[in-house]
Amino acid sequence: MTLDSNSFNLSETDRKLLNIAQTRFPLNTRPYASIGDHLALSEEEIITRISKLKENRIIRRIGGIFDAQKLGFKTTLVALKVNEESIDTVANKINRHPGVTHNYQRQHEFNLWFTLITASEEEMQNTLNSIKTLPGVIKLRNLPALKQFKINVNFDMTKE
Amino acid sequence: MDITALDKKIISMLQGDLPLNPEPFEKIALKTGLSTDELLLKIEEYKKKGVMRRLGAVLYHQNAGYRANAMCGWVVPEERIEEVGMIMACFKEASHVYQRPTYPDWPYNLFTMLHGKSSHDIEQAAKNISVKTRITSYTILYSTREFKKTSMKYF
Repeated sequence: MTLDSNSFNLSETDRKLLNIAQTRFPLNTRPYASIGDHLALSEEEIITRISKLKENRIIRRIGGIFDAQKLGFKTTLVALKVNEESIDTVANKINRHPGVTHNYQRQHEFNLWFTLITASEEEMQNTLNSIKTLPGVIKLRNLPALKQFKINVNFDMTKE
Repeated sequence: MDITALDKKIISMLQGDLPLNPEPFEKIALKTGLSTDELLLKIEEYKKKGVMRRLGAVLYHQNAGYRANAMCGWVVPEERIEEVGMIMACFKEASHVYQRPTYPDWPYNLFTMLHGKSSHDIEQAAKNISVKTRITSYTILYSTREFKKTSMKYF
């Protein structure tokens, strides 16, 4: 099975690799070799496949996913009602903050939604206050998590 | 967990992309002054303490075929929040399930992020959740445009 990097089709093997890489990435000295053992492929082949999957923007990165709050950071989700004409400008201004990790336009009265991570509560409030007063912003609703029932991002690549 | 200067150094290297050579953890260990085994023990500790949820591949899920991604808000009676939150967590289509505050113009107290191959998958998942939880008041907000999506650089 080869990778077709022109149209980029994911082979059966790539799909299995993606599942393993997401949820069972080996934590040992030779993780790529270990993945190879699961798929009857060499370490070199696995490294080549992962490289192609990154080049073709299937894999964003392989690394640690951390819990912001456990690291001492403050987090929230914010809903904004923004004038349609201003939405690009407002979104771009918000994006400048390094603690904004996700920023999406959605179909609703509240049409701009972003997540915000800050090192302190004070920084959080200051940031929200400055966003609230941006030209084009009509309403701001701060929606911090009161309780987390689940967080598990895992895209099953092998089911139809 | 007490985050030391060493932890910050380790986390700053793990929050990005692991090197694509045969011994990626050795590379990182060298830079932090630890042996590979010591680094792997640290990683286990982060996982055990919940500081790190997982270490693995993060996908461009849209490119990987999950083209429909929606935020669903649910109106759940206060006394059923625990029960309903746990039921929603069982659905594999739901990656995130949170309780959040409400406002007069935003009455939805439970949130689920739903992912699927198509909007049909999303509608179906939402219907299934509604049937299982008996919550009929909900809204589905599709993302129409992605302005930013990055991993957080903590340290």
